[in-house]
Amino acid sequence: MNYNEMKVLLVDDDPDFIEQQKALLNAIGFQVVCASGETEAARILNTFKPDLAVLDLMMEKMDGGFVLAYQIKKMYPETPIIMTTAVTNITGMEFDATTKEERSWIKADVILPKPVRFEQLKGEINRLFSRS
Amino acid sequence: MDTTHDKLKVYVVDDEPGICLGIGAILRDFTFKDKASLTPVEFEIFMYNDGESMLSSLETSVPDILLLDCKLPGISGLEMLEGPLGGRTDILTIMITAYATIETAIRATKLGAYDFLAKPFTPDELRYTIRKAVTHIMLTRQARKLEEEKRKIRFEFISILAHELKSPINAVDGYLDLMQNRILGDDLSSYIDIIKKSSDRIDGMRKMIGDLLDLTRIESGQKKRVVEETDLIDLVKNSVESNTLAAQSRNISFDLEIPEKLIIPADTGEMQIILNNLVSNAVKYNRDSGRVKICIAWDESDKLLISVQDTGIGMTAEESARLFNEFTRIKNAKTRLIPGSGLGLSIVKKIAMLYGGDVSCESEPDRGSTFRVKLDVVKVQ
Repeated sequence: MNYNEMKVLLVDDDPDFIEQQKALLNAIGFQVVCASGETEAARILNTFKPDLAVLDLMMEKMDGGFVLAYQIKKMYPETPIIMTTAVTNITGMEFDATTKEERSWIKADVILPKPVRFEQLKGEINRLFSRS
Repeated sequence: MDTTHDKLKVYVVDDEPGICLGIGAILRDFTFKDKASLTPVEFEIFMYNDGESMLSSLETSVPDILLLDCKLPGISGLEMLEGPLGGRTDILTIMITAYATIETAIRATKLGAYDFLAKPFTPDELRYTIRKAVTHIMLTRQARKLEEEKRKIRFEFISILAHELKSPINAVDGYLDLMQNRILGDDLSSYIDIIKKSSDRIDGMRKMIGDLLDLTRIESGQKKRVVEETDLIDLVKNSVESNTLAAQSRNISFDLEIPEKLIIPADTGEMQIILNNLVSNAVKYNRDSGRVKICIAWDESDKLLISVQDTGIGMTAEESARLFNEFTRIKNAKTRLIPGSGLGLSIVKKIAMLYGGDVSCESEPDRGSTFRVKLDVVKVQ
């Protein structure tokens, strides 16, 4: 699949993860628009409709990613969302988006652990776009 | 539940109805307040004529204090301690005995009885014994509560620590994945920037581990403190020097309002940690071409005041309120690119408290912050 005409909204408060994921998404073929937090992202969302959104979970607020995902799905229901997080059971929070029920309240189509691996990201994106 | 009174359940097991009724009458109107408990203690009395009926009632409710006769028609008091009540640390047992022999006493104590009451006893003797028992129960409860709180705080600390240590590893891991997949092409020079960023994250992690060790050493009291005559001015100069490079690269200047010499009895290492943290923060959170002003002086109540003022990004009142907790980093667009362990100021606070002092902060967004450390030390020179 050719993603050259597609734009991704990438939101993360960690500059290293922005750098890495931007490079990965560029390598897959996307054009990337970056935001460093949910506030900036919400502003950007008014200016264009992303073909894909890649969001960090914990940003300015603990659940910033969840709230942002909800906003995106409300504005652009067909935009797939990938949520990335380093949160695991050790921090007392654990979740997944594999079942339909989980996806219904977590407004993300895929949840990926950090750091995001190139092969895994590419695989999930291909799967998301062949499904739709 | 009654919130103004603690109610303790007292079971009395005795085959002499007179004893049961007597104890009931004495304790029913007895309210007791000891130093360990915040609220007065009242008693709820339940009476049993034999051991069997008391044991079967344990299924529905458990007494705090058990007044247990040695001699009973069926199962005896000692047999109950040996058998069904063995190992019950939740019930405090006081044996009632008519013929108190040393042997019975030793045996009952070995089986877990807390105290004795010899028949016949006066109301005062009963009240005295109960008072002792209540104090014991309250102290045990308090100790258990403290232990639980400590465990919870420790767990929270370790959870956050694990998360904080994982993020630099994840960042470096991610960069390695970029290289492995040659995302930026085959030319090694394209990767110089991300190699630099990787080593920055490793440096940050090393700094965090160092801070963490400082913190645990101070908290555990394990660190050997050497209190000696320490010249703070030398230490200020060290801190300024080690931050000069970072300051120069952003055209930040230092302004020192300090005496030529200022000697106090203190641990040199601890004082250096305070100054390093405050000075490096003042540089890190400053604006380009900003200023850092360091003042050291005795205040009107002869406390030593170290203040470090910057002209940087500042904080809101809500942000500065959270500042001295462990792993607190103020997250916003302005601090995003500034590295830090989130431990520095909590270390500063802990050290200041070792010197009977404290640390405070005054700040205004986009104007700057002033940190003041107050130490209760004597002037040597």
